[in-house]
Amino acid sequence: MIMGISRAIFTYLIFPGIAFSFFMGGIGWWLERKLSARFQYRVGPPWYQTFLDLAKLFIKETTIPTGAVKTLFVISPLISFSATAMFSAIVAQGYFFQKNAVADVIVLLYLLIIPSLFIILGAFSSRNALALVGAARETKLMLAYEFVFIISLIIVIIKSGGSILLSDIIRYQAQNGMHLKSASGFIAITLSIFYIQAKLGIVPFDMAEADQEIMAGTMIEYSGPLLGFFRASKTLLYFSLPLFIITLLGVVPGDTLPAKILFVALEYLIVILIISIIKNINPRARIKDALSFFWFFLSPLGIIGILLALKGM
Amino acid sequence: MSERRVIPIGPYHPLQEEPEFFKLIVEGERVVDLEIEIGYNHRGIEKLAEAKHWDQVPFAVERICGICSTSHPFAYCLAVEDLLGITVPERAHYIRMIIDELQRLHSHLLWLGLAGHFIGYNTIWMWAWKAREPVLDLFELITGNRQHYAMMKIGGVRRDIKDENYPAIKKMVKELYPTLKMFAKAVNDDPIIQKRTKDVGILSKEQAISFGVLGPIARASGWDIDVRRDDSYALYDTVKWSVIVQKEGDIYAKILVRVLEMFESCSIIEQCLNKIPKGDIETEVRDIPAGEGIGRVEAPRGECFHYIRSDGTNRPIRHKIRAPSLMNVPSNLVTVPGYTISDAAITLAAVDPCYCCTERSAAFLKTGKKILTGEELVKLSQEKTEQLKKEYDKK
Repeated sequence: MIMGISRAIFTYLIFPGIAFSFFMGGIGWWLERKLSARFQYRVGPPWYQTFLDLAKLFIKETTIPTGAVKTLFVISPLISFSATAMFSAIVAQGYFFQKNAVADVIVLLYLLIIPSLFIILGAFSSRNALALVGAARETKLMLAYEFVFIISLIIVIIKSGGSILLSDIIRYQAQNGMHLKSASGFIAITLSIFYIQAKLGIVPFDMAEADQEIMAGTMIEYSGPLLGFFRASKTLLYFSLPLFIITLLGVVPGDTLPAKILFVALEYLIVILIISIIKNINPRARIKDALSFFWFFLSPLGIIGILLALKGM
Repeated sequence: MSERRVIPIGPYHPLQEEPEFFKLIVEGERVVDLEIEIGYNHRGIEKLAEAKHWDQVPFAVERICGICSTSHPFAYCLAVEDLLGITVPERAHYIRMIIDELQRLHSHLLWLGLAGHFIGYNTIWMWAWKAREPVLDLFELITGNRQHYAMMKIGGVRRDIKDENYPAIKKMVKELYPTLKMFAKAVNDDPIIQKRTKDVGILSKEQAISFGVLGPIARASGWDIDVRRDDSYALYDTVKWSVIVQKEGDIYAKILVRVLEMFESCSIIEQCLNKIPKGDIETEVRDIPAGEGIGRVEAPRGECFHYIRSDGTNRPIRHKIRAPSLMNVPSNLVTVPGYTISDAAITLAAVDPCYCCTERSAAFLKTGKKILTGEELVKLSQEKTEQLKKEYDKK
């Protein structure tokens, strides 16, 4: 019994749970920065830079603006972090130990919306004019990218025989090959990559934090550990979000843990590379352009994907 | 979202690391009004110049701006030479032109990189600055400094360009062409850059004339002006080059004008190197008689104007400077409102504002009363220090 509980705690907190996701996320973020640096003829940071940045934030002073709604301002990063931590633990568990994949995708979707929601709430509660602009942008963007992601989830659910359980989706792919190979699966992965880009606030969809326009927007009033928690949840998402997409669309047949780790590492690298390429060949989009891109280009594409999935393609 | 809010850009802002204040009045994302406040950093260079003798002034005015650090001494020297009525040796003219055009290259590349940064396109930023590096290295080679070249002297140039340095200049220019072509192609082909910059921040020709904008801003609005051609100084009339003019007046046109101007600069440098004769590099100047003179130079940002008056002593009794940004910045009043905050960032930066050039004036209230003099400022800061000390002691 105690063994069972301690093992459960181990798997949730250490491997393949939060600590592992956090470490991998840090590495992923570094990799993205390093790749960007190489694109731009720079040297780039050392591999532990993300962790140093975070550690620095946690020893800094926290300032809370006078006019802010204090409770909401303080609690937002914490809730954001706990939701992402939970999300990361569930996703990593599901991928590496299929029998533990109990959650369904709706829960995961719900957990994924929480961080963005609390970034917006935190920004609104700081009552800074620039934060308000940032929050308004994030809200609009969220309406766009969440919709697109739901479409790609629907494609996955249709392709997996109508089940919303993560374990079923994994099992289906392990038996029939990954969804990615089909036309609709390819559309779903395209949608999902743009979703990652927007969710993590990477160029061209970083308008909520646009430095040159609104000086870090939603994050402007955050400092010290509170900013650290937002950054930590972003670090977690840097790994668990691509892993979630890989789980939904790119599971490779094979049961052993080393094989799984190898494949996920490879696919993760590819996702980071694509994200980095998109980041480095685009300027920041205007919020209007981003919305029309998501609504009038990606959404119709997603609908075509759904139709293809229904036809079994 | 009809509530009006103020989005401050400045006095210190990641957009432009110089003191300026743009008060954007926004409704949601749309900018409806703009207020500009400049004059945070009065340095009193004109007054300073009156306290230095004629030969020291080029060094002082060179410190006005780090980017067009040759235009100011160039214009000053032209002004003094205008007063003297002397001719400068041909070789000195060519050296001046080479330095001037190299400066334009590095300034435009700097701006191009910053423009990329301001629209969130950091790849362009880094690439443009990487392309700028050889230009600065070349400056170091031929003048000893990356910035502040100290080449201009009344009657000529202070330092010769050595024969063995010609190949280095030729090589740099030759290697810059492909990079410039790449930038031109990127600007021409990239649909996303065009989406961000076309039909944004439009300054029509009428508006350009009424604001009296200068340099690339005017040329991007279809106003065909260029001091190098209209009031040719040095030997610009002996080399073949063309004034780049675009009609649209939007940000895209401003990018295009600057990128294409860099090709012209390269070509001017090459021609100068082929034509440059051997000989003296300066005409000796002994005394400056009483009188007045003006010098006009096409700086990378537009016409840079210097006026000097002498009473026959060894220092100017009046030195007036007008830097191009002073004329260009107010045009934001018509180019920024009506667009979004995202556009405002790039529109404000598209005039290539150089506050250190502009910030040489004292601020006046609308009533005409001077806000603060230097002494008052010192007094104020002393009072502030006292106050802080007292507060600190209380704790």
